[in-house]
Amino acid sequence: MPAPEHRLGIDVGGTNTDAVIMDPADRVVAKAKVPCTPDITGGITRAIATVLHTPGADPRRISHVMLGTTHATNAVLERRNLRRVAVIRIGGPATLSVRPMFGWPRDLTDTISVGTTIVDGGIEFDGRDLSPLDTDTLARFLGEVGSAAQGIVITSVFAPVSPRHELLAADIVKRELGEIHVSLSHEIGSLGLLERENATILNGALAGVARDVAEAMRAALAAHRLQPTRFFAQNDGTLMGLDHALRYPVLTIGSGPANSVRGAAFLSGSSDSLVIDVGGTSTDVGVLVNGFPRESSQGVEIGGIRTNFRMPDLVTIALGGGSVISSDPRGTRIGPRSVGYLLEREALVFGGSTPTLTDSAVAADRAVLGEVMPDGRHRRMLGEALARADGMIAEAIDRVKTSKEDRALVAVGGGSILVPDRIPGISEVIRPDHFDTANAVGAAIASVSGQVDRIFHVGEAGRRAILDEARDEARERAVAAGADPGTVQIVELEEIPLAYLTSPSLRIRAKAVGTLGGHPEEHQRADLARQARVADRADQPDPTSPPATAP
Amino acid sequence: MKRLLDPDSLRALSRGCAVLGAGGGGDAYVTLLQALQATEDFGPVPLVDLDELPDDALIMPCAGIGATTVILEKFENGNEGARLREHLQFMTGRPVAALMAIEIGGGNGVLPITWAARIGLPVVDADGIGRAFPEVPQVTMHLAGIPASPAVMTDERGNLVVFRTISGHWMERLERAAAVEFGGAASSTEFSLTAAQAREATVRNSVSKAIRIGEALAGAKGSPVAALIAELDAFQLVTGKVLDVERRTTSGFVRGSVVIEGLREDAGRLIRLELQNENLVALERGRVLASVPDLITVLDSETADAIATETLRYGQRVTVIAFACDPVWRTERGIAVAGPRAFDYDFDYQPVEELARASA
Repeated sequence: MPAPEHRLGIDVGGTNTDAVIMDPADRVVAKAKVPCTPDITGGITRAIATVLHTPGADPRRISHVMLGTTHATNAVLERRNLRRVAVIRIGGPATLSVRPMFGWPRDLTDTISVGTTIVDGGIEFDGRDLSPLDTDTLARFLGEVGSAAQGIVITSVFAPVSPRHELLAADIVKRELGEIHVSLSHEIGSLGLLERENATILNGALAGVARDVAEAMRAALAAHRLQPTRFFAQNDGTLMGLDHALRYPVLTIGSGPANSVRGAAFLSGSSDSLVIDVGGTSTDVGVLVNGFPRESSQGVEIGGIRTNFRMPDLVTIALGGGSVISSDPRGTRIGPRSVGYLLEREALVFGGSTPTLTDSAVAADRAVLGEVMPDGRHRRMLGEALARADGMIAEAIDRVKTSKEDRALVAVGGGSILVPDRIPGISEVIRPDHFDTANAVGAAIASVSGQVDRIFHVGEAGRRAILDEARDEARERAVAAGADPGTVQIVELEEIPLAYLTSPSLRIRAKAVGTLGGHPEEHQRADLARQARVADRADQPDPTSPPATAP
Repeated sequence: MKRLLDPDSLRALSRGCAVLGAGGGGDAYVTLLQALQATEDFGPVPLVDLDELPDDALIMPCAGIGATTVILEKFENGNEGARLREHLQFMTGRPVAALMAIEIGGGNGVLPITWAARIGLPVVDADGIGRAFPEVPQVTMHLAGIPASPAVMTDERGNLVVFRTISGHWMERLERAAAVEFGGAASSTEFSLTAAQAREATVRNSVSKAIRIGEALAGAKGSPVAALIAELDAFQLVTGKVLDVERRTTSGFVRGSVVIEGLREDAGRLIRLELQNENLVALERGRVLASVPDLITVLDSETADAIATETLRYGQRVTVIAFACDPVWRTERGIAVAGPRAFDYDFDYQPVEELARASA
C-alpha cells in the first residue's frame, strides 16, 4: 500500500451522515453533512456523492476511505437485519452451569439463535487440554442445525491461551457445511468466557449488516469510478481492513464516539484535554489521554448483552441542538425529545414553531444562525433553558474530570454552539475549524492498531522476555493490519499476575498503534509472522504434562 | 423464618457479596448466573436460620478455590456440589442437611445457591468469615477449634481428592497444589460441622445482610455510596481516582498496592491501599486509617458497586469505605489469625471506629 493520497472519512451518526476529504498534509479539502436515511445505505450514498461534488474535492486522488458507524449497535437494539447463527461452546464438562445466551433478552435469542450446544474440549490456563475435543458430537450438532444457520459461532474455554480447539472446530464446520460465515472467539475478545462468547455471537449475527454497509460503500464509490482501499473504524478509534471488518463486524460497534474524540484531538492539536461532542439529540463528554479516548474500566453492555469490549469512557446526557424546550407551572424543561434532523424546519430561528436549544443559543448571541430572531414572548423561557443546559454541561464535565486542575475543553459536533465560553473547571473552550464534522475527520485520520490480551507463562526466559514477546506480537498485528512499521509504537502495556497459582503466570495486555502506510510486502510478512505465532500456540498441545483426561 | 431466594434477592445477594468481599472472594457475576440458571432449572433455594435446624444436622461449607482469573474462563459443570456432598456423607456416615458459604465475600458467597438448588437442600443464613480472606484457616470455624478435615475437593471432570491434614496450614498447601493441577481452580468443602456447632462458630445472618446491602444499593434514592455507608455504618476514607496500581506475585498470592488521589472535598490527599487478594490496609502519610480484620472496600463512585482488587485500574473514580468486621475477629485469637501481624505488618490492630475518631 503506497502512502495515502487523499482520504475520505465517513461517519454515520444517529441524525446525520458526515463525509470529509483530507489531503496528504491532513487538511480538510471538502466536507458534507446529509440527513441519515432509515436504511443507512441511502445516507452513505448521498454523503459520498455530495462531498465528491464539493469544490476542492479531487475524487481521482482518493486512495483510502474510512467508515465509522454506530449502525451495528442500532441493528442489535432494533433486532433488525440480524443473521441466525448456531452457537458452539467448547468447554465441557466444565462451564455447563451457565449455558450460552443465558440471561439474554428472550426476543433477541429467538431472533438470532438456531441452537446452542456445549461440547467437550477446551484449554486449561496453562495450555493443557481441558478435555479432548469431542468432534463427533460437534459434527452431529452441525448436522442438526446446519440447514437453518446462516453463521456458526465458536468459543473455546481459554482460546486466548491457545486457539487450537477453535481452529479444529472451524475445520470441521468447513468439512460438514462448506462455506459459511464462522466467528471464532479468539479473534474477537479477551479473557472472560461469557463476555467473549456474547461478543462472538453478536459478531455472527451482524455479518449481514456489515456486508450491506460495505456493499453500499463499494457501490457508491464505484458509481464515481473509485476503488480506494476501504477501512472500518473500530471501538478504540483505530482502523481495520475491509476483510477483517467483514469477518469481525462487532469490532466496529463503538467507533462513533471514538472517532469524535480522535477527531477533536486532531482538529484542536490537543492530546490531553476534555472533549464535548454536542449532536442533535445527545451530548457526549470524554477525556483525551495521549491523543486517544480514555477507555471505560469495565466491559460495556450492548443492547443488554454483557461484553468485554472496552469503549471510550463517556458521560452522555440527553441534550442537543435540537432538544425541545417546554414549560409548565413547575418551570422550564429541556427535552428529552429532539426535533433531530428537522431542526432547519422546526426551530424558531428557521421560522418554525418549536423552541429548541439552538434558539436559546441564538437568542443569547452564542451563534448567528437562521433567519428569524426569537421574539420577546419566548425570550425568558429560552434564557432559562440555556442556563439549565449550562448547568447540565458543567455537571457532565465535572463527572468525567479526574483531576482538580483546570483543563481545556474541545467543543465539537453540530450542536456545540450551545457550549458556553466559561465553564467551572475549564481553562479555555477550544472551537476548532470543521468542528461540525469532527467524527468524519476522526475516521479519516485514524491510525492502525494491533492488540494482545492473553495469559503468558513466566518460563526460564523470565518476565522481561514475555513482555518483549507481547510487545512484538502487538506490533506485528498492527503492521499486518496495514500500519507503517516505522511508525508503530506501543501505547499500552499492562500486566496482571494471576493469583493463587504456584507457577507464575501473567495476563498481559499490549496495544501498538501506527499510521497507515508502508509496503504491502511488509504487511504480508507481518501477517505471516502473526499467523505463525497463532499456529505455534495451536501446535503445542499439553506443554506441561500428559493429557489431563483419559479417552 | 424460611425464605425462598428469588432471582431479585439473588441479584441483591451478588452485589452485597461483592461489597463484603473487601476486594476479594472472586467474581460474583459468573456465580450469580450459575445461581440464576440453577434456580430456574431446579427451583428456588430456601434460606434457613441455624435455629431452625436440629442440633445434630450436618452442614456442608462450600467454596470455590483457585485463581479468580481462571474462573472467568473455566467455571463449574454444576454437579460439583452433589459429588462433594455424596463423599462427605460417605465419610461422616451422616446426611448433609444444609449448605453454607465458607466466605460470604465475593463469588463464594453466592456459590452454595447453585449447589443447593441442584441437590435440593436449603442454605443457612451464616458463613465462616463475614467477609473474604485469602487462606483456608482464616475462618471462624478455625477460631472455634473445628478441624478443616476431612476436606473434599473435586473438579468439573469428576476427579475427587480427600484431604486429612494435621493443620489448617497443611490444608492450605495441599489444596492449593491440587487446585493448580486441576487447572487453576476447583470446588471444595472443608470444616463440616453440626448446626449446634455452627450457632457458636459462624458469622450469623450474613446472607440476609448481603441481600440487604444489595437492596440498599438497588433502591438508593440519591447517591448509592451514601446509601451503602448508611446501611453498613461505614466510614468513608477517601473519594478520588486511582493514581497508581502495582502488583507482584509472591508464593501464589498477588500482593500489591494502590494509590488513590483525593478529589473534590478530598483534594490534595493521597491514600495507599495494601492488597493481598483482598484490601488489607489503608494508609495516609504512614498513618493507618483502617486495617484487617476490618473491611476495606473500593467502590465505583457513581454506582457504589464494589471493585475487585484485580480489576482496579488507573483513572477509575472510586470511593474507599471501611467498616467493622464481625466481633469474633476482634478477639485476641481472631486478631492473631487475621490481624495486621498475620499479614506481616508491623503494627497492632485498632478498630476502624477508633481510628476514625482519632483522625476526626
